[in-house]
Amino acid sequence: MTGPAVRFERVQKSYDGETLVVKDLNLSIPHGEFLTLLGPSGSGKSTCLMMLAGFESATGGKIYLNEESINRVPPHKRNIGMVFQNYALFPHKTVAENLAYPLKVRKLGKTDIEAKVARALDRVQLKRFGNRRPAMLSGGQQQRVAVARALIFDPEIVLMDEPLGALDKQLREQMQYEIKDIHENLGVTVVYVTHDQTEALTMSNRIAVFNDGVIQQLAPPLDLYEKPENAFVAGFIGENNQLRGLVKSARGGECVVQLHDGSLVTARCVNVAGAGSATTLSLRPERVEINPPDGKHPNRFEGRVEQLLYLGDHMRIRVSLCGHDDFIVKVPNASMHPGLNAGNSMTFGWAPENCRALEG
Amino acid sequence: MTTISTSAGMTIDDDGRALKAKFARAERARQIKAAGLVAPLLAFVLITFVVPIGLMMYRSVDDPVAVRAIPRTLELLNHWSPDSAPPEAVFKVLGEELLSARESGDLGKLATRLNYDVPGTRSTLMRTARAMRRGPAEGRSHRDLFETIDPKWRGGEILAGLKSLNSPYTRSYYLAAADLTTNLYGDIVAKPPHQRIYVSLFVKTLWVSLLVTALCILLAYPVAYQMATLPAATANLLMILVLLPFWTSLLVRTTAWIVLLQSNGVLNDLLVATGILGDEGRIQMIYNMFGTVVAMTHILLPFMVLPLYSVMKTIPPNYLRAAESMGAPPARAWLDIYLPLTLPGAGAGSILVFILCIGYYITPELVGGRTGQLISSAIAYHMQSSLNWGLAAALGTLLLVGVLALYWLYNRIAGVDSLRMGG
Repeated sequence: MTGPAVRFERVQKSYDGETLVVKDLNLSIPHGEFLTLLGPSGSGKSTCLMMLAGFESATGGKIYLNEESINRVPPHKRNIGMVFQNYALFPHKTVAENLAYPLKVRKLGKTDIEAKVARALDRVQLKRFGNRRPAMLSGGQQQRVAVARALIFDPEIVLMDEPLGALDKQLREQMQYEIKDIHENLGVTVVYVTHDQTEALTMSNRIAVFNDGVIQQLAPPLDLYEKPENAFVAGFIGENNQLRGLVKSARGGECVVQLHDGSLVTARCVNVAGAGSATTLSLRPERVEINPPDGKHPNRFEGRVEQLLYLGDHMRIRVSLCGHDDFIVKVPNASMHPGLNAGNSMTFGWAPENCRALEG
Repeated sequence: MTTISTSAGMTIDDDGRALKAKFARAERARQIKAAGLVAPLLAFVLITFVVPIGLMMYRSVDDPVAVRAIPRTLELLNHWSPDSAPPEAVFKVLGEELLSARESGDLGKLATRLNYDVPGTRSTLMRTARAMRRGPAEGRSHRDLFETIDPKWRGGEILAGLKSLNSPYTRSYYLAAADLTTNLYGDIVAKPPHQRIYVSLFVKTLWVSLLVTALCILLAYPVAYQMATLPAATANLLMILVLLPFWTSLLVRTTAWIVLLQSNGVLNDLLVATGILGDEGRIQMIYNMFGTVVAMTHILLPFMVLPLYSVMKTIPPNYLRAAESMGAPPARAWLDIYLPLTLPGAGAGSILVFILCIGYYITPELVGGRTGQLISSAIAYHMQSSLNWGLAAALGTLLLVGVLALYWLYNRIAGVDSLRMGG
């Protein structure tokens, strides 16, 4: 099939006729993609999902499914599978009846239904649980049933609204892999909503970072983390040191930024207006080197170690540096430095390409 | 070996047995506390509820007066068959015993009791006993004397009636409550048609209760649904409207219906004023079954709304959305998913309304007129006017057993665990 599976065209949504929750959304989702809508609560990501599912109507713009406008198509005719927060398994039906429901609504034959339900139960490793009520299953098992139920009628698109939010950390990680597997095996298009960046980074082909009703950046996980395009994305995805300053000079993709305490930092220009404009430097804590050899990095500063936090696989160090007392450095457990103690002064350095000068 | 000393100053071994004892002591304190918390209510319920009901149920079979007042007559009647003429000895002994019963004060009770089974015989017994004071005339048989005093002695009915009182326990109240009686030979037969009252009254009560329950479901379901889906502030306002009747006296509400529905009431006046009805065509809407049903539905409505509302409140909107996303049209999703999930609330509300309905007294009494009376009115009549407490007790016991049977049936079908008043 040609063309995107889903296309949002200038979509707006307002709940009260005064403020826009979603502002001018344009988004194309190709067939088979795993797209995650990521953002803080109230950023409009769930609203987008609900508009796609048909439970909210778009105030303006159009939504296309296989290049056909679905603005006027009711939810039950959209043929979109959905996994809800807290699963929404019907408590008065058994697991098998839950799975059979979409097929029964579609008036499939009894033998067909039984075969499909058996296969679905098998796929999520719940063969023996068909006759149980959802309340008798664990959270992870309920989650699997919900996923199986959303897939059983072979929809082209599956929407997932924070499906792993109610699970504990370990189970969440396991389910991430299972959902990823299912996506790869079936080739369905998945639109996934979450506020958990790890989840988004692990599972997605592309991530749309939402804030304030606008997509801040739409990119594959790697680009999103390594090359954030604005201060919000840089701050929202992963940990990040943000240093504010003014651009002194910009040349050949690199610029020199003067921080408020006067120190000069060389950084990569991402979106700055030019010399004299304000900028926020974004620097990942794990990209900072301790005691770098002379001449390795143009950015070399003295800093005082304020606090050490031992986190098992790595060490988090809070440093006073360049006028900021909350500068964070992450050091892998394996490469500890002698003399790394609170109160000591040490040298810290980083490469210009790892330090991105962003607007604002 | 470690030792510990108790607060009483004893020193005991710190082994398993001591632990067990300590545990038992701790548990006992907890149990005493629990029992203490429950005891006042338990005592209250026992004294005001269980004991009176038990005594009342005992009254429905208790029948000591004949055995106490005319034991020898009963003995003789035991060998008598209503087909044959009663032996002279029966009349002789009965005469003596009636006389002594008159002195001991049992006569009135016996006459009243016999009158329940053989109507119109109370005066016969009283008159006969009065005549016995003078003693039998010379040369006449006792039987002649009896028949002279009251010709009713001629047939076997009275003696057969007395014969059936030969046990301190009776079934006749229950027979009467089921419109049955016994014939001369003690066989159970139906009462003559014009005396059959209670079975049709029971059936009527059952139907009215079902009707009121059904009306309550019809009226309460949309309101509860609306309340469960509206924002909290609006829902609270609706809730106050639903609860308002609860805060008003039952009598005030019932009287309000009289004001509204009577022939010269608000509704009829309105219909006449708007020309829909002629002045002579005013509709009789109260003091009949219509009035009873309307008033009872209104009064019992909150008992249906509240359980329905609290159950609906717990159904997340996601269920319906999930069903729709799977391809079910909204109406189908509602029928398949929402409706079944509200059934426990509807069940709880129905049981509540139905049971309250089946024993409702004051409202049918006030607005029911002649045709809108229910079984409770008959019970009240026998408690207060006819003073036939045995029959009242039998009717009440049948009602209680009926309600328990329905509850049992509901439990078998739906399971009482599924009843939900909320949460």
